[in-house]
Amino acid sequence: MKTILVIGNGMVGYKFCEKFMAQERKSEFNVIVFGEEPRVAYDRVHLSEYFENEDEEKLMLAPRSWYEENNITIYTNERVTDIHKVNKTITTLSEKTFSYDYLVLATGSAPFVPPIQGVDKKGVFVYRTIEDLEETMAFAKKIKGGKAAVLGGGLLGLEAAKAVKDMGLEPHVVEFAPRLMPRQLDDDGSAALESKMKELGITVHLNKATQQILGNGSIEGMEFLENEKLDVEMLIISAGIRPRDELAKTCNLEMGIRGGIVVDNTMRTSDPSIFAIGEVALYNQMIYGLVAPGYEMAQVAVDQILGNETRMSASVDMSTKLKLIGVDVASFGNPFATEEEAHAIVFENKLGGLYKRINVSKDGKTLLGGILVGEADDYNMLLQLYQNKMALPENPEDLILGARGGEGAAMGNVMDLPDEAVVCSCESVTKGAICCSVIDDGNESVKSVAKATKATTGCGGCKPMVADLVMESLKSLGKTVKVRICEHFDYSRQELYDIVKLREIKDYDELLDTVGNGNGCEVCKPAVAAIFASVYNETANKQETIQDSNDRYLANIQRNGTYSVVPRVAGGEITPKQLIAMGRIAQKYDLYTKITGGQRIDMFGAKLHELPLIWEELIAEGFETGQAYGKSLRTVKSCVGSTWCRYGMDESVSFAIEIENRYKGIRSPHKMKGGVSGCIRECAEARCKDFGFIAVEGGWNVYVCGNGGANPKHAELFAEKVDKETAVKYIDRFLMYYIKTAPPLIRTAAWLEKLEGGITYLKNVVINDSLGIAEELDKEMQNYADTYKCEWKEAVETPEIRSRYTHFINSDETDSNIEYVDLRGQKMPKAWA
Amino acid sequence: MTFADLGTYQATKPEDVKIWFKASEVSRFPKNGGACIKYKDKQIAVFNFTRIGKWYACQNLCPHKMEMVLSRGMIGEEGENPKIACPLHKNTFSLETGENINGNLEAIATYPVKIEDNFVYVGFSE
Ligand code: SRM
Ligand SMILES: Cc1cc2nc3c(=O)[nH]c(=O)nc-3n(C[C@H](O)[C@H](O)[C@H](O)COP(=O)(O)OP(=O)(O)OC[C@H]3O[C@@H](n4cnc5c(N)ncnc54)[C@H](O)[C@@H]3O)c2cc1C
Ligand code: SF4
Ligand code: FES
Repeated sequence: MKTILVIGNGMVGYKFCEKFMAQERKSEFNVIVFGEEPRVAYDRVHLSEYFENEDEEKLMLAPRSWYEENNITIYTNERVTDIHKVNKTITTLSEKTFSYDYLVLATGSAPFVPPIQGVDKKGVFVYRTIEDLEETMAFAKKIKGGKAAVLGGGLLGLEAAKAVKDMGLEPHVVEFAPRLMPRQLDDDGSAALESKMKELGITVHLNKATQQILGNGSIEGMEFLENEKLDVEMLIISAGIRPRDELAKTCNLEMGIRGGIVVDNTMRTSDPSIFAIGEVALYNQMIYGLVAPGYEMAQVAVDQILGNETRMSASVDMSTKLKLIGVDVASFGNPFATEEEAHAIVFENKLGGLYKRINVSKDGKTLLGGILVGEADDYNMLLQLYQNKMALPENPEDLILGARGGEGAAMGNVMDLPDEAVVCSCESVTKGAICCSVIDDGNESVKSVAKATKATTGCGGCKPMVADLVMESLKSLGKTVKVRICEHFDYSRQELYDIVKLREIKDYDELLDTVGNGNGCEVCKPAVAAIFASVYNETANKQETIQDSNDRYLANIQRNGTYSVVPRVAGGEITPKQLIAMGRIAQKYDLYTKITGGQRIDMFGAKLHELPLIWEELIAEGFETGQAYGKSLRTVKSCVGSTWCRYGMDESVSFAIEIENRYKGIRSPHKMKGGVSGCIRECAEARCKDFGFIAVEGGWNVYVCGNGGANPKHAELFAEKVDKETAVKYIDRFLMYYIKTAPPLIRTAAWLEKLEGGITYLKNVVINDSLGIAEELDKEMQNYADTYKCEWKEAVETPEIRSRYTHFINSDETDSNIEYVDLRGQKMPKAWA
Repeated sequence: MTFADLGTYQATKPEDVKIWFKASEVSRFPKNGGACIKYKDKQIAVFNFTRIGKWYACQNLCPHKMEMVLSRGMIGEEGENPKIACPLHKNTFSLETGENINGNLEAIATYPVKIEDNFVYVGFSE
C-alpha cells in the first residue's frame, strides 16, 4: 500500500480527495490529509454567503464523516512545518512525523497585506477564512453604522465591499489603479461599474496610494497624500494573494521569483514525488486565483499518481463573472485586444450604467474576448462562442444589441454548441456530458443532472445554461418539460389551476385525494391556497392551515414572533382624522410605527392575541386590511398629480385610489404593485411596478412588468395615450392572464421573461384578443372587484376565526419569551444572539 | 431565550412518560395544523395531523433563532416523514424524531400525545 499525504484541506485539496475516491484503484493507497484550519474544507467561493446566514454547514464541501467513510485520515488544526525530501517524511507543528510515497501540496494562498505603516491596527482585516469573517462581523457590530473601506477594487474587493454594506456600514472602495477590476475591465467598463457602485451606495476612490493607516490603537482613517484622508473605522484588505509556498523553502523545491512552487504540466514540482496544485502552484509562470484551474490540476495529479497520461491544458481560461454584488460584471478572453488585433464593438448607455464590448477578430469570424457591465445575461453564451471559436452571426453587433426586427436570437440555440464545449468550467463538464446525462441516463431535472455530473456545483455561474440544456434535451426526447410544484403534485401551477376550476374542487384535501400524492408540505399548500383564492375569491380564513404563516394570521410575522399591522391607505391618501386614529391605536397597544416604502403606515410588535383587538378598533375607524402579508395587491403608489402639482397632466391620486380599490384582495402568484404618476417626471415610480400609468398629453401611457426588489426591472411600455377606461381594461386582462398562468412566486417581470413571444405576444393576447379569452378575463376580473370583502372584518366578526388568535390554548398568559429594547423613543425586538 | 434554554426541552419517549398532561379539548386544535399549550414553564406545540389521523407534540421553540413559533408553522410530509416547517425561515423538523430535515440545526424535543374522551394529553417525564 502506498501513502499519499495531502497538505492543505482547502477547495483544491478537497477536490483532489474527492476525485481520488472516485477511482477504482483507491484501495491501493492510504490517503492522509492535513489542514491548518479548524474545520474541514469549505466553499471559499461562496464565503460571502456566511455574512447572510452564518451557517457554516451550508459551506462545507463534505461533512467530516465523508472522510471517515472513505478511509481518509484527516488532521485539522494541524500545520505541516517541514518536508524532508531525502527520507520522504514530513513533520507537523505538534511534531508528528509521517512518511509518504507521494506528497500533494495544496496549501493555497494567503491574502497579501501591503507593508503600509499602521496595518497592524485594530479594525484592519483580511478576507479569506470563516474566522476572518467572524472577526470582521464582530467588529462591525461594535462600530454599527460607521464607515468602512476595502483596500483593493478587484473581484474580491468588490465582493467584500458589498459584504461591508450588508453589515450596515458605509462602504468605500480604495483602489491604487486608475480603474476598478483593472485586470478585467477597460476604462469605460470601469466607469460604468463605478456608476453602478454609486447606485448601490458604495463610494469608489481610484488612483489612491495609501501611505499610512491612521489611528490610535484602532484604525481611524487612511492617508493617501499629505492632505488627503479618508475617515474610516474599519478596513478590509483585499490587495491580492501570495502563494503559501513556505514548505517549498524547507526542502529546496524550485520556486518562482515572486513566489509559488514551480510545476510542469503533470503538476510535479522539481521533486517528482511531490506535486503542487491550486493557488500555491506556479504553472506557466502564473498563479491562478480561481477554482476551475485548481480543480483541473487536482484531476491531473490524481491521474498522474495512478500512472495515466493526463496533462494540464496548455492555456488557462481566466474569464470571470462577478457574483453577489447586485451588479452584473463579466469579462472573458482578451478584454483589451488592441486595434491591430481586433475590431472592438462597443455599446454604451451611460445613464443606465450599461457597457458592453466585444472584440471580434479582424476577419469578423471569431470572438476574441469582451466585457459586460450592467447586464451579463449573455455571458455564458458569449463565453462559449469565444471558447469554441464558433462562427459569429452576420452582424456581430447583434450579439450585444440583440437581433433587431425579426425573430430568432442572435446568440443561437444552446443546442448548437459543439458537444465538447465546456459548460461548467469549475468541474469541466461538457455540453455533451450534460445532454447525455439527460438523454441516456434519464436525469430530468437540473438537480439530478447536477448530482450526476457535478455541473453547477462550483461557482454556480453556469446554472442558467445547464437549465436550458436540460430543457432542450428533454424537448428533443419529445418530453414535455414537467414543472411539478413538489413531490405531492405532478403538475404545474397552471395545470392545477385548471384542474381546480374544471373539476370544481373545493378544498386542499380533495385536490390531494383527486390528483396528488401523500399528505402535502409547506411548498404545495400555500401554492394551492393561492389557486383556491384566485378561482373562488375565497379569503385566507377559509382554509387557514394551508396558508403561509402570514396569511394564516393575516399579518406579517416579525423576527420575535410578533406581528405587524398595515391597514390599506389606497393611493397613499390619508385624512388627518385617520392619522390621528391610527396614532391613538398604535399608542394604546405600544406599537412601533414607521412609514413604509409603499406609502402607508406599518405598526410593528403586536402580539398574536392583540391582532383582533387592534383590527377591531381600526375597522371601527373605517380602515381595511392592507394585505401586506398576502401574495396579492400591495399598494398603488401615487404622486400628487394635477390636483396640486404645477406640472401634473391628470389626477394621478384619484386614479391610483380607484385602481387600488379595484384590485385589492385578489390573490396572485406573487405580490403585485402598481403606480400612477401625473407626468413623465414619474414621482410615483410607476415604471418600477407590476403595472403603472403615467399621464401624458392626450391620455395615459400604460406600463407592465416592472419591479424593484432584488432584480430591479423597468416596466415595459404596453400602450400609449389611451383613455382611463381602456387603460383599466388592459390591466384587468393583463393581471388575470398572469394570475392564471404564472408559476408560484414568480412576479410579472420574471413571468414575462419566460413567456414565449414576450411583450408582443402579451399585447396580442390582451389588446387583440388573439386567444379569444378576453371576454372571460374581463368577466373574471369584474367578479373579483364585485365580491371583495375585508378578511380582517370577517376575522374579528366570526368567533370561530377570532379564537385562533391566542398564544396558548390552555392559558391566558402571553409569550414571556418576547423581549424589547429601546429604539429612539420607540421599541424594537432584542437582537438575535 | 438563549441557546442554553434549549436544555429545558428533553425529548420524551412513550415508555418514559410519568405525567399525562391534560391539555385541551380536541376541537380547540385546528385540523391539519397546530396550537400551543403551556405546561409548567414549557411551551409545547401540538399538531393535529388529521389527514393521517395522528397527533404530534414538540417544543414550541425553534432552535434556529430561539423564537417561540413552531406551533404556528405548517405541517407536511417529506417522503413518509411527517414534518413541521418553522414560520420564520422555513427550517423543517421531523415530527417523529425531531431532527432538522433541511439542515444541521439542533434536533427539537418531541413528546407523545394521546387522545382520551375528546381530550388531548401530552406525555412528560417530569
Ligand atoms: C414594510 C416594508 C418596508 C418599509 O418599512 O418600508 C416592507 C417590508 C417587507 N417586505 Fe418589502 N416592504 C415594503 C416595501 C417594499 C418595496 C417598495 C415599494 O413597494 O415601492 C419594495 C420594492 C418594490 C417591489 O416590490 O418591486 C419591496 C420589495 C420586497 C421584496 C422583493 C420583491 C421582488 O420581486 O424582488 C420582498 C421579498 C418577496 O416578496 O419575496 C419583500 C418582502 C418584504 C417582507 C414581507 C419580508 C418578510 O417576509 O418579512 C417585509 C415584511 C413587512 C411587514 O412585516 O410588515 N419586499 N418592498 C414596505 C411595505 C410596503 C407596504 O406598505 O406594504
Ligand atoms: C471571498 C472569496 C471569493 C472567491 N470567489 C471566487 C469565485 O467566484 N470564483 C473562483 O474561481 N474563485 C474564487 N475565489 C478563489 C478560490 O476560493 C480559490 O481559488 C480556492 O479556494 C483555491 O483553493 P486552494 O485549495 O488552492 O486554496 P485554499 O482554499 O486556500 O486552501 C488551502 C488550505 O491549506 C491550508 N494550509 C496552508 N498551509 C498549510 C500547511 N502548511 N499545513 C496544513 N494546511 C495548510 C490553508 O489553511 C487552507 O485551508 C474566491 C476566494 C475568496 C476568498
Ligand atoms: S409626477 Fe408630475 S404631477 Fe406628479 S408630482 Fe411629479 S411633477 Fe407633479
Ligand atoms: S427561527 Fe425557525 S427557522 Fe428561523
